[in-house]
Amino acid sequence: MSTTSKRLRTLVAAGAIGTTVALVLAGCGAKAGDETPGGSAAASSCVDTSGDTIKLGFLNSLTGGMAISEKTVSNVLHMAADEINASGGILKKKIKYVQEDGATDWPTFAEKTEKLLTQDCVGAIFGGWTSSSRKAVKPVVEKNNGLFFYPVQYEGLEASPNIYYTGATTNQQIIPAMDFLASKGVKNLFLAGSDYVFPRTANAIIKLYAAKLGIKIVGEEYVPLDKDDWTTQVAKIKAAKPDFIFNTINGSSNVGFIKAYYDAGLTAATTPIISVSIAEEEAPAMGHEVTGHYASWNYFQSLKTDTNQKFIDSWKAYPNSSGVTSDPMEAAYISLYLYKALVEAAGSFDVTAVNAAAKKNAITFAAPEGTVTLDGENHHISKPGHIGQINASKQFDIVWSSDAFIKPDPFLKGYDWFPANVRDQLVKAAG
Amino acid sequence: MDALIPPLLNGSAQGALLLLAALGLSLTFGQMGVINMAHGEFLMIGAFTAYLVQQVIDSSDLSIPVALPVAFVVAGLFGLLLEVSIIQWMYRRPLDTLLVTVGVSLILQQAALQIFPSQGVPVEKPGWLDGQLTVLGYDWPLRQVFTILLATVCVAALAAWLKYTSFGRRIRATVHNRDLAETAGISTRTVDRLTFFVGSGLAGVAGVAASLIGGTNSTMGAQYIIPAFLVVAAGGIGQLKGTIIAALGVGVGLSCFAYWTTGSLAQVLAFILVIVFLQVRPQGLFTVRTRSLV
Repeated sequence: MSTTSKRLRTLVAAGAIGTTVALVLAGCGAKAGDETPGGSAAASSCVDTSGDTIKLGFLNSLTGGMAISEKTVSNVLHMAADEINASGGILKKKIKYVQEDGATDWPTFAEKTEKLLTQDCVGAIFGGWTSSSRKAVKPVVEKNNGLFFYPVQYEGLEASPNIYYTGATTNQQIIPAMDFLASKGVKNLFLAGSDYVFPRTANAIIKLYAAKLGIKIVGEEYVPLDKDDWTTQVAKIKAAKPDFIFNTINGSSNVGFIKAYYDAGLTAATTPIISVSIAEEEAPAMGHEVTGHYASWNYFQSLKTDTNQKFIDSWKAYPNSSGVTSDPMEAAYISLYLYKALVEAAGSFDVTAVNAAAKKNAITFAAPEGTVTLDGENHHISKPGHIGQINASKQFDIVWSSDAFIKPDPFLKGYDWFPANVRDQLVKAAG
Repeated sequence: MDALIPPLLNGSAQGALLLLAALGLSLTFGQMGVINMAHGEFLMIGAFTAYLVQQVIDSSDLSIPVALPVAFVVAGLFGLLLEVSIIQWMYRRPLDTLLVTVGVSLILQQAALQIFPSQGVPVEKPGWLDGQLTVLGYDWPLRQVFTILLATVCVAALAAWLKYTSFGRRIRATVHNRDLAETAGISTRTVDRLTFFVGSGLAGVAGVAASLIGGTNSTMGAQYIIPAFLVVAAGGIGQLKGTIIAALGVGVGLSCFAYWTTGSLAQVLAFILVIVFLQVRPQGLFTVRTRSLV
């Protein structure tokens, strides 16, 4: 053929390789959009509190790969805002929200944060899902002295004066799951995860705790977040003959994992899976029944609390609702109410006043998972640990619960099996 | 043997799926110089077709066999629509086709996100694919065997069609030398459209197979487009055998590396091998020899 097509072929190959290298790098937890903090002094707030409304920013990926998860968070934030407005608003001011699209692109998250804080002058921003998006937002809210509420369980090892975390940190999800496995007498555990910062950090913690509990780790496998085919890795899992699989896979790769698992002839009766990312929304979307497997969360739709039924009913009646409630949704719902409680305790929308109110450790909210208390030091909330087992109607039967609400400990300082040098290493690796 | 049998078998199945995804690209790239970045979304359309067929036909034993030809036609029609509405104005401007089709792929992804539940939809495997075939001590999932059979049937049908039908001869003539084919009275425009239909249709079939392996959602096409382009680049254009060997090579390579090292490292290693290969043999495995001067 002609030289043009030769050049073309090289071009195609180069493009393909470039994209993959970029994807792999992103998967390794590259800090896309990370800006160097410092330089400019904290900008004075431009939040307008003179009228009868308060502007808030919602920042969720409505397009791109993460829209799969983040659209629901955006919807539930809208529902919480409507509820708060119907009951009188925050400090008698109605919420007026500005919805922005993070577009599954971490630099975009940073740019939109800057825009929301400096142009829209919002009182606080709610959203994010991936750790990469949070890490892109962090330096920008810190530089502008803004507030960011992050609603998803994550790998911990972080605390910022400008971020409030309403999802679980590792000692509220990973450690309860390990306690549950120990109570079941599990001896051989296999770790399967997507290849990015959360599963890598979670598994580092799991391995340390497993050593203390006397559980043997018989293997550890990772597949990039954007790859669904788990067949080869499941062959390795089957050969290792674990009694249980700890699953930290995220997104649609979970579907590929579950399919490969059943195709290989594994079953919940012999090799059950415990997951930290399969909830009520994901369980019916696996293309295979998943009855008998477990998940570790702080909230389940099946929880019986004073406020849960009302939350479920409101959500079912809400436009564009998926019809089921799940842990990340509930954490997003908490985040807006927590902000309301903070502002009302402070009597002001000012960030410094809000943080000072948090310091009193007296901010609570009667959440669907139970009454949560904010820790003023690390900006995380107390949560109950629950293990649910998937039943035939794709809901979770609660089979194990922590004795009490678990205090957040993002740096695992209260666990003697977690050495300080490992902590420093992991904090550094997580950036 | 234990370290060799599972990755070889699963790699062949992975290669078979890559082959189905790459065939259409190889056809349209080889014949028209079109770089179709929306090809992965035709695969997605095939997978969503499998889901929709499953909504109509309750039994998954039946719905998957029915979905295969339906997905072929549906994805093929989308391909035809793309050709008629956009691509036909851009022949011989490959860089422009690349940019435009990236845009089309984003539009198709967002459309899928708007129409279907954002979590993706479940496609159930037919009951007759439950179980494993024991090969030298390894329980090989039947679904993998199915993927290989499906690819074999598609490739055989395509090869026979190219070789024995008049349409096939016209396609091959156009690939060899477009100007000469036109001089001989072949309507290369019609040939182009038909090629686009068949190529996109094959991606639809690949989509049905992919829906049995991973998730069916708006972004699924993206994970197949890059390896499929690699297969096309490594295989050389205009000939089926190059695409077949390259697809199997990439599939088995990926699977072996994933089995011996880790899933992430496998991606890197496989890409490095292809880069090195293209350095040594930039024209790919096979090329069509012509006597044209350009």
